[in-house]
Amino acid sequence: MTESVLINISLAILFLPLFGFVVTLLLGKKVKSIYLFEVFILTIVLISAIVLAFGKLSYFIDHKIVSEIEWFRLTDTIVIKLGFLIDNLTVLMLFVVALISALVHYFSVAYMKGDERYNRYFAYLGIFTFSMNGIVLTNNILMMYIFWELVGLSSYLLIGFWFEKKSAADAGKKAFLVNRIGDLGMFAGILILFLTYNTFSFDTIFQSISAGKIPFNSEFWLTLTGILLFMGAVGKSAQFPLHVWLPDAMEGPTPVSALIHAATMVAAGVYLTVRIFGLLTADAMMFIAVIGMLSAFIPATIALTQNDIKKVLAYSTVSQLGYMVMALGVGAYKFAFFHLVTHAFFKACLFLGSGSVIHAMHHEQDIRNMGGLRKKLPLTYATFLLSSLAISGIPLTSGFLSKDGILASAFAFGSLTGYWIFAVVGFLVALLTAFYMFRLIIITFHGEPRDHHKYDHAHESPFVMAMPLVVLAGLSIFIWYTPNPISADQGWFLTKWIETPELHAPNSTRFDFMQSEVVAETQQVAEHNSSHGEITYSEKYTEAMHSAHYPAMFLSLFVAIAGILTAFVFYQWKKVNVEKLTASIKPLYNFSLNKWYIDEFYHKTFVAGLLGLSKIIYWFDATIVDGIVNGSATVTRAISTFTGAFDKYVVDGLVNFMAYLSGFIGLIFRRIQTGKVQTYIVLVIFSIIILFFFF
Amino acid sequence: MMEVGLNHFLVVSTLLFSMGIYAIVTRKNAIMVLMGVELILNSANINFIAFSQFGNRGIDGNLFGLHGHLIALFVIVLAAAEAAIALAIVLNIYKTLSTVNIDEIDNLKD
Repeated sequence: MTESVLINISLAILFLPLFGFVVTLLLGKKVKSIYLFEVFILTIVLISAIVLAFGKLSYFIDHKIVSEIEWFRLTDTIVIKLGFLIDNLTVLMLFVVALISALVHYFSVAYMKGDERYNRYFAYLGIFTFSMNGIVLTNNILMMYIFWELVGLSSYLLIGFWFEKKSAADAGKKAFLVNRIGDLGMFAGILILFLTYNTFSFDTIFQSISAGKIPFNSEFWLTLTGILLFMGAVGKSAQFPLHVWLPDAMEGPTPVSALIHAATMVAAGVYLTVRIFGLLTADAMMFIAVIGMLSAFIPATIALTQNDIKKVLAYSTVSQLGYMVMALGVGAYKFAFFHLVTHAFFKACLFLGSGSVIHAMHHEQDIRNMGGLRKKLPLTYATFLLSSLAISGIPLTSGFLSKDGILASAFAFGSLTGYWIFAVVGFLVALLTAFYMFRLIIITFHGEPRDHHKYDHAHESPFVMAMPLVVLAGLSIFIWYTPNPISADQGWFLTKWIETPELHAPNSTRFDFMQSEVVAETQQVAEHNSSHGEITYSEKYTEAMHSAHYPAMFLSLFVAIAGILTAFVFYQWKKVNVEKLTASIKPLYNFSLNKWYIDEFYHKTFVAGLLGLSKIIYWFDATIVDGIVNGSATVTRAISTFTGAFDKYVVDGLVNFMAYLSGFIGLIFRRIQTGKVQTYIVLVIFSIIILFFFF
Repeated sequence: MMEVGLNHFLVVSTLLFSMGIYAIVTRKNAIMVLMGVELILNSANINFIAFSQFGNRGIDGNLFGLHGHLIALFVIVLAAAEAAIALAIVLNIYKTLSTVNIDEIDNLKD
């Protein structure tokens, strides 16, 4: 196996879904079963992704494969290139995307059956997979931006797939517009990078930063660039304050929510931040950590009171993404990506499970109408429970490992820098997560059925829907990532598969614990030759992580169990009267139920502000611009009246005067014209005599 | 006895011309005006003949020959033709306007 084989496989992985999209879209109306082609294509993509991951991780584990072609050149030195970057992150991410995409395709075959735009749905899934693979594979930020917008487009198309429903169409628009705000920041960041380095390639940019070239020679601008690029992630990964689109995006079909709005596209923001991790300064990381913390906490509190099964999961997704972002902010690069992968599997499983429930209940999404479904949907219940244990962070699951890692990192960060707030909020969110997930499970699957009619008609899903659930639930078990069920530190995922990040921001701008001391002192010469700074975390950090490990683990286990038990006390055993409790904290409850009034706040401020601004502009248009137009019309009229008068009186007067003059002269001369021949003759003779006289 | 020279002829011709002009200017009858025109033509004839006989010589020293006589003959023919046409016009004028008084024939003025 050679590198070129890997590159060819990546090309296939990238372009096969596009091919599937084109074929499915073009033949969708004619051939009823063309969706099978798209499903088949995705199967091939999945196999290719497995082969790619296997090949890369077995044979080229330390290689960073880059393949570029020239796209066009602006000048001789500024060449825009297209290219692939295949490192371990890429293949893992590709595997995640391909697997979940393929499973969602299988799931959708049954879930979407009977929809009038069945084939088009699969075509959209195809273009989404293409764009997402593009984001993952690219080696430059321009291509990433292009694919970034493409996933935005496919997300828009799929959220608004049932566009006959106004709420779905509105949700699509909202997602698109809110994403655009983040993308604006990202675009500005890209422009700053391009202005400074004349290239879009990550590697070249990082090399230049290592060599000491930073935007506008100012560390502030480097920080700003990092924050601006991160803005893209804020939009795409639904981070506070742009998280409002994701819960609305649940208007789309449920498998889409699983694929795009839980596992892959929203993780693209985290992936972007992982890719640019090298250029982040301490200030930028602090910003990212704060955003992540808020995004973890606020939606977790909202999820406590929601009654729509998908809304709960959506807020949970925002909250978990907040975890990842916060992890990046506190420097836990590996755990952030680890959590991305594990979260992708168990959250996709949860969403597909909710899809299975919704399917069984004939499109009922309100959990207050469910209950007791455990007996009717045993397989769905089992997989849902396993994934919920994973997201709550119970040992033996993948979620425990990754979440524990993030909490330990936040803990270590607190002990190193004194900012304990991240660890505190992290544990609090872990508690809330366990609580709301088990609230969801108990209300949905336990107890007595509340809507007997729907309950009686509920049925376990067919094989194509059950199989993805089983696969994804299976991937939520620890064994795939590490042999040790309580610590992932020594597992192959963290030691072999994910490389230690290379930091490029100047040492003076980094956190103390992230100084690359070893590189600075002993490998100066080596660093000159290659840009790959190897060791980026100090001994101090390793020690802090080590000492944080056990306290964090026990604490997170404790809060998870506490959350689950509270949920059982509240909803299963009903030891506490929930109604009474909510009534006693009514304002707080309403605050959470109404999503912190963030949507209302945006409506009152930004939307209303925009409308007000439009009104002002309309007024300006109607009064000033139209006024100018009308004014100029009036002026023109006045001028033409004047010229008309001038024409009428002066010019015409002159002409008439000439006529009068001629008439007057004629009056004089007509006297001479007597008509008497003899008079004329006399005149002629006199004239002749006069002529003679003169000449 | 005084020899009849060029000046005598010119005087006669001038007298004839003057009488012709006088007739044209003063007579009211169109026929009389025509007769004045005949007088003028004949005064011109006299001039032609006189200059033909006594006038300047050409550059070779010879007279112009019979040119003057010829032109005089032409003028006579021309006068005859003119008289015929003019009398016809006068006849027609008389037919339509019942007058040959040229003071009254001023229709073109209007």
